Amino acid sequence: MGSNKSTLQHIPNAEELMEETGFSAAHIQRLYDRFQLLDRDQMGGLRNEDFEAIPELVTNPIKDRIIGAFLSPGKDMVDFPSFVRVLAHFQPTNSKRSKTSSQEQYNSPTRKLQFVFQLYDQDRDGKISKTEMLQVLQEMLRMEETDEQLQSVMEKAFQEADLDQDDAISFDEFKKSLEKLDISEKMSIGFLC
Amino acid sequence: MDIRFSTSAAFLLFVCCLLSQTPGSNGEVPPKPAGSVTILPPIKPIDGPQAYPEAEKASLPVFTMDYPRIQIPFEVTLWVLLASFAKIGFHVYHKITVWVPESCLLISIGLIVGAIMHSVHEEPPAVLTSNVFFLYMLPPIVLDSGYFMPTRPFFENIGTVLWFAVVGTLWNSIGIGMSLFAICQIEAFGVQDINLQENLLFATIISAVDPVAVLNVFEDVSVNEQLYIVVFGECLFNDAVTVVLYNMFTFVADMPVVEPVDVFLGVARFFVVGIGGMAFGILFGFVSAFTTRFTSKVREIEPLFIFMYSYLAYLVAELFAISSIMAIVTCSLTMKYYVEENVSQRSCTTIRHVVKMLGSISETLIFFFLGVVTITTEHEWNWGYILFTLLFAFVWRGLGVLVLTQIINPFRTIPFNLKDQFGLAYGGLRGAVSFALAFTLPDNIGRKQLFITATIAIILFTVFLQGISIRPLIEFINVRRTNRNLETINVEVHCRLMEHTVAGIEDLCGQWSHFYWKDKFLKFNTRILRKILIRDSRAESSIVALYKKLELQNAMEILDTVAGDISAAPSIVSLYEEKKNPKPKAYLAGDLRNMHDILSKNMYNIRQRTVAFTSKYSLPNDRHTKEILIRRHASIRRSLRPGSFQNSNVSKSQKYYSLPAGQSLESRFSPRRLTQTDDRETMSEAAYPITNWRSRSSQPTRSSSSRAMMPLKRLDTLKEAVSVDMLNENKEDSGSRAGTTRTNSSSRDSRLPAPRRQLSPPREEDNGFSDNLINVHHEAEEEDHPSPSPPPAWAAEPRYNANRNPLLRRPQWNPKKT
Repeated sequence: MGSNKSTLQHIPNAEELMEETGFSAAHIQRLYDRFQLLDRDQMGGLRNEDFEAIPELVTNPIKDRIIGAFLSPGKDMVDFPSFVRVLAHFQPTNSKRSKTSSQEQYNSPTRKLQFVFQLYDQDRDGKISKTEMLQVLQEMLRMEETDEQLQSVMEKAFQEADLDQDDAISFDEFKKSLEKLDISEKMSIGFLC
Repeated sequence: MDIRFSTSAAFLLFVCCLLSQTPGSNGEVPPKPAGSVTILPPIKPIDGPQAYPEAEKASLPVFTMDYPRIQIPFEVTLWVLLASFAKIGFHVYHKITVWVPESCLLISIGLIVGAIMHSVHEEPPAVLTSNVFFLYMLPPIVLDSGYFMPTRPFFENIGTVLWFAVVGTLWNSIGIGMSLFAICQIEAFGVQDINLQENLLFATIISAVDPVAVLNVFEDVSVNEQLYIVVFGECLFNDAVTVVLYNMFTFVADMPVVEPVDVFLGVARFFVVGIGGMAFGILFGFVSAFTTRFTSKVREIEPLFIFMYSYLAYLVAELFAISSIMAIVTCSLTMKYYVEENVSQRSCTTIRHVVKMLGSISETLIFFFLGVVTITTEHEWNWGYILFTLLFAFVWRGLGVLVLTQIINPFRTIPFNLKDQFGLAYGGLRGAVSFALAFTLPDNIGRKQLFITATIAIILFTVFLQGISIRPLIEFINVRRTNRNLETINVEVHCRLMEHTVAGIEDLCGQWSHFYWKDKFLKFNTRILRKILIRDSRAESSIVALYKKLELQNAMEILDTVAGDISAAPSIVSLYEEKKNPKPKAYLAGDLRNMHDILSKNMYNIRQRTVAFTSKYSLPNDRHTKEILIRRHASIRRSLRPGSFQNSNVSKSQKYYSLPAGQSLESRFSPRRLTQTDDRETMSEAAYPITNWRSRSSQPTRSSSSRAMMPLKRLDTLKEAVSVDMLNENKEDSGSRAGTTRTNSSSRDSRLPAPRRQLSPPREEDNGFSDNLINVHHEAEEEDHPSPSPPPAWAAEPRYNANRNPLLRRPQWNPKKT
């Protein structure tokens, strides 16, 4: 697997991507190969059908949300830079990056939290409403629990997290409720290259 | 009864085994007569040797004494008692146990007793033979560790654990062995006769790490979970590795020449032993889980199965000379999850308690004996050898940790930083296993005494020096801590989501890590294993399980700490305050308050957060009922056995609360309780008396409470802004539960101590729940009641849907957290 920069010539904007996301050249190459593999009709972008074709992903209860996280609003195709950018969220936090300030890095804890927040917040209004949380719970646990139980769980979760009692969890409340959790531990993948 | 039965059974077993092993050991208590003595000149006694063989008189002996008959059990009991007294004694002065680990104290007491015995020229009981140790004393300890191992972090870190255990031990053994061999070449020390194999053997013995003391310190200081689990796991598995190596080297030590073939065979044997042990363990674990599926009619002996199967796993593994420690650990790991779902609450408690107890006894005894034997054996001291051993042990462990961490860090999601490594290295105390292995060295090893002395020296040194100093050091260098209280529903849900996300992303990227296996295993588990192994196999997600656990936990806390001194004017605040004090370190006050917040809105509403809620609507006439209820509550509490289970160090990362139901509790049960399953005790049992009472109390106020004795279905009176949604779902809720009324009621009932609330809703609640009696037909009317004017006071309280109940529909205790 080529890991020197010259082989990245054919990947558009490879260097900017590397800088922006902190992936190494080898990572980018590998991701590109994977991207090509997934993009079966070679349209230069991934669509829903391409995602659905991944067998393991299909069984994931929240696959739609994950796929949705890749798609920018208004588009129906994921191009390579978006692909990489989303994946950059999952780098371990303490991988060495010194260029940009830590808050802007894709893999900073805040960005990771934002990613998760957006998984809940499908309508992008900046808050997690009760219905949204309930939907998530249903998707994850539908086979195992009844709706009433999920409702109760949701209520309780809301009660714990919703500090200003506005029936919605804002990003700050979300962040606060997870402050004791080590996000980078949970939301990191060791990218192989 | 179960506890007594199991305890006495276990103890009897232990004693009988020792009995068979130690036929003629001398008494520990010197001046015991060695024959039977009859006070009156007798006819010859029926049993035992006679003191006066020529007695002819025909009078009946009024008082006889026959010591040899009971000698062995007696002595065993005395030893155990003595060690346990020592343990009690330590806790008298609390500060000691904070700074000095218990193992040190036990050894010290042992030293003292040993000194006493030595001065009286008594021999210690010859119980520390190889068989006794490995067959009777080691299994309980290992079972204890295996049973209470926190599974999730363990499996997440299993690679690291195995890496450190296996490779680390090998590194240590070989390193120390080689260096010692090099030292032996130096003539000045006079140990040239020790050849390489013997050195390696010795090195293996002393590289068995046993960080019991360290684990306690770690837990107290709440170091980060990764470090904790790695140390824990390493200790367990490295026992297995050490024993394997030991056996190998013992075998090899006999041979004059070691060939390369033997080395290969050794490696192959290692794999056979390790994997074989695990396989046996899993097999027995599954069989045991399967057995408990059918034990619903024989609840009293349920705990027995657990112990018997684990022990059987151990013995069978010993039979085939494969790693019995691995076998018993994997057996208990596999078994625990399924068994705890199948057995009754009481059996579950019994099992945990007895496992802890046996493990504790064994450990205590071993350290105690260590102290005694230190004084009473003859030592062969060799300054050079021993000091260098100490040095090398230190050095090689440090190096080992450093090198191994460097290699494994890239594979870890959270690498170990230097402080973690220090903790890991410094936490390498030696303990029981080393001691036993040294003692059981075959006699053909020329320098056996030297080895024993050296081992004891190392153990004492590490336990005392490192054990005492590790706590200040850990705190000083400020190892990364963990906050144990992540268990809120919120966090669990988010974690779940994150795990799914990461698994999905990994699938996207075409690579997998432990989440993949975890997902796969969970699916397999849900689909197949649970159906086979669990009696009533409805899959239950961990979120719901956690939820139940939290609720039960809170419920138990409330019940347990109802103060005995209840005055007529219930000062709720003081009740609450008092509760905070005896709370052990486990929960921060803030978390506790959170939990109680939850609880207070959730089910019990016993306590009042006077801070948060203004009592605009406090009703004076409620005091009376409240007070009666409090008194009643207190009397219930006295019938429960409070406190002890909560504060025990039962599990390292799961706190469980079991219902210590006393006999008296059952008698209060209304026979009308529809038993879905036999005696699934949950908080329903505790709350039930309250229910009955409460219902009765509501009778004067409500006419429709004719069904007061029936389990109440649902309390949804705390809804304030009752939306149509809620109403509808209440409707479905009750509708769907026409069949399973009882169980819901259990949780409902716990809400009943509502009168304690000072706010008006008690009255509302009266309306609410009295109406919500079983009758489904009342649905329509019910919905009207809650809606009118929820008092504004409740606006301050988060809307809380009283439909918590469905989750407790299955009154089953699930302490698991996958």
